[in-house]
Amino acid sequence: MTSSRNTSLSRSVDRVAGGILGLLALVSGGMVLLIVWHLFAGAWPAIEAGRLGAFFTDAKWQPGSRRDPQFGVVTMLVGSFLVTLLAVAMALPLGVATAVFHRFYAPAAIERWNRRMMELLIGVPAVVFGFWGLMVVVPAIVRFAPDTPGQSLLAGGIVLGLMILPLIALTSQAALQAVPTAQLRAAAALGLGRGRTIWSVALPAARGGIGTGVLLALARAVGETMAVVLVCGNIPQIPGSLFDPIRPITSTIALEMGYAGASHKALLFCAALVLVLLTAVFVASFSFRKNEADSGTGGA
Amino acid sequence: MNGRLFKVAFLHMNHGKNQSIPRDLEGLARLGLRMPSRCFGAGFPGRAALVLIAGILAAACGKRDGTVTVTVTGSSTIAPLVADVAKRYEESHPGVRIEVQSGGSSRGISDATAGVADLGMVSRALKDEEKDKLTAHLLAADGVCVVIHKDNPVRQLDKQQLIDIYTKKITNWKNLGGNDATIVVANKAEGRSTLEVFLHFLGLDNADVKADVIVGENLHVINSVVSNPNTVGYVSIGTASAEEKAGTPIKLVITGGIVPTMEAVRDGSFPITRPLNLVTDGKISPAAKAFLDYLTSAEINDIIEKHFFVPVR
Repeated sequence: MTSSRNTSLSRSVDRVAGGILGLLALVSGGMVLLIVWHLFAGAWPAIEAGRLGAFFTDAKWQPGSRRDPQFGVVTMLVGSFLVTLLAVAMALPLGVATAVFHRFYAPAAIERWNRRMMELLIGVPAVVFGFWGLMVVVPAIVRFAPDTPGQSLLAGGIVLGLMILPLIALTSQAALQAVPTAQLRAAAALGLGRGRTIWSVALPAARGGIGTGVLLALARAVGETMAVVLVCGNIPQIPGSLFDPIRPITSTIALEMGYAGASHKALLFCAALVLVLLTAVFVASFSFRKNEADSGTGGA
Repeated sequence: MNGRLFKVAFLHMNHGKNQSIPRDLEGLARLGLRMPSRCFGAGFPGRAALVLIAGILAAACGKRDGTVTVTVTGSSTIAPLVADVAKRYEESHPGVRIEVQSGGSSRGISDATAGVADLGMVSRALKDEEKDKLTAHLLAADGVCVVIHKDNPVRQLDKQQLIDIYTKKITNWKNLGGNDATIVVANKAEGRSTLEVFLHFLGLDNADVKADVIVGENLHVINSVVSNPNTVGYVSIGTASAEEKAGTPIKLVITGGIVPTMEAVRDGSFPITRPLNLVTDGKISPAAKAFLDYLTSAEINDIIEKHFFVPVR
């Protein structure tokens, strides 16, 4: 009898707890929908007014010009794309090299210390990266190329690359650590050297995990705002070289949202919507890859 | 149970949908904007948020009865300043609620004329036809000065030189008496009041400006100048003076023969300025009159300076 009362008590406790947790979970999940909904509602005046066409056909972005207002967002999409690409191009080799060093070469003490540093790097606020970029990276670029503004695609790529480097390094290391020791031993038994083993056995086996890290890094880089706004120069143009300024979408939103009139603001909401869609694509391909990798491991 | 939960969540969403508020606070908060600009610099949804928050507060405190509301609308340049003043004023005047809504100087004019607002905020001098109906009360002055690096030998730039720099007719400092170095032109992002004041002074449209760097905050301009000594930019005189005093290696450029100082803005001799006005029509409520008196007193000079404007009293 006691036990049955306990069971029914714990069952009702369960129900209450489940209810509360369910409510909290739904509210958390619902927030995302709420944000997307509000973005859409905010963008609607521009969509309704048929501004979306100008969004992709206008050459320039000068919404405040009285003489010649233009609303082209293509330069900014290109800017976001290029700076993200450059960041990944810089962070990927460095990150994977770090991971390989940690996994196969570093003495335990150095590995632990360096990994902590990487973890610390993840926690550095973006605005600190941005300020460091403006005060250190930009002057360095000006010394190297004296007649350029310094705030540029290159500066943005370097700062963003540094921000996503630990993400790639740590996920790559986890992927390398997940490679079965048996495979590595088998490679050694076949007489392969350490370098050959890493190159031909470990890295191919960890490819899925490294790819996941890169996708996460891409999503972070494309949405990054505070750092890029400080170092990219924010000129909405297709850059002719690494030393030209660019303007990512996030910069435009950060620079103009607080100061925009009604129709201008609707356009910024449109830009934000495009950005969210981009991120959604990253997340989708991330979970797709993850599923693929999981089922792959299950099969092996 | 699950069905009920879903319904609650759904109602919650629907509730939010009708307000168009969280999107703005959400978005702007993520951009790291300060509370005043989040509430007041953001146009309609921000205003809606303000009305809602004020409504909730009033309902929660049960103070709806006996509270006098003073409505102030207009210039988004002035709104954050007045909002800050209102916060302090409300603390010492419990029965008064100040409602600040931004929407541009033209809204300030029309709201004050129509009697929709007690006070209108207008960040320019009144036109002659407006003077017939409205009275302007000077709140503060806004001055914009050109800044370059301390090591740049150039000391002054006149209006035509600035026009040539900002349209890239002059691209090297040596043509202005400086070093042989390419000029890096820093411009402000769309919608900033400093941009409007500066371009109005030069008589340029933003589409004419050929910039190398576009920045948002005053301090970002200053840091850009520090980071690349070939940069020329412009900021509020309040910011520039404060930074120069703090030892930042910048120089305030003499324009139109006048050294940019707070005093030069105050006495009107500096050319790149504009007045920040509050306008009223003939009939004004006692509560609004009291708030106007507070706004036009020297008691708020610290708040004015905090917003990098120049006190006039």
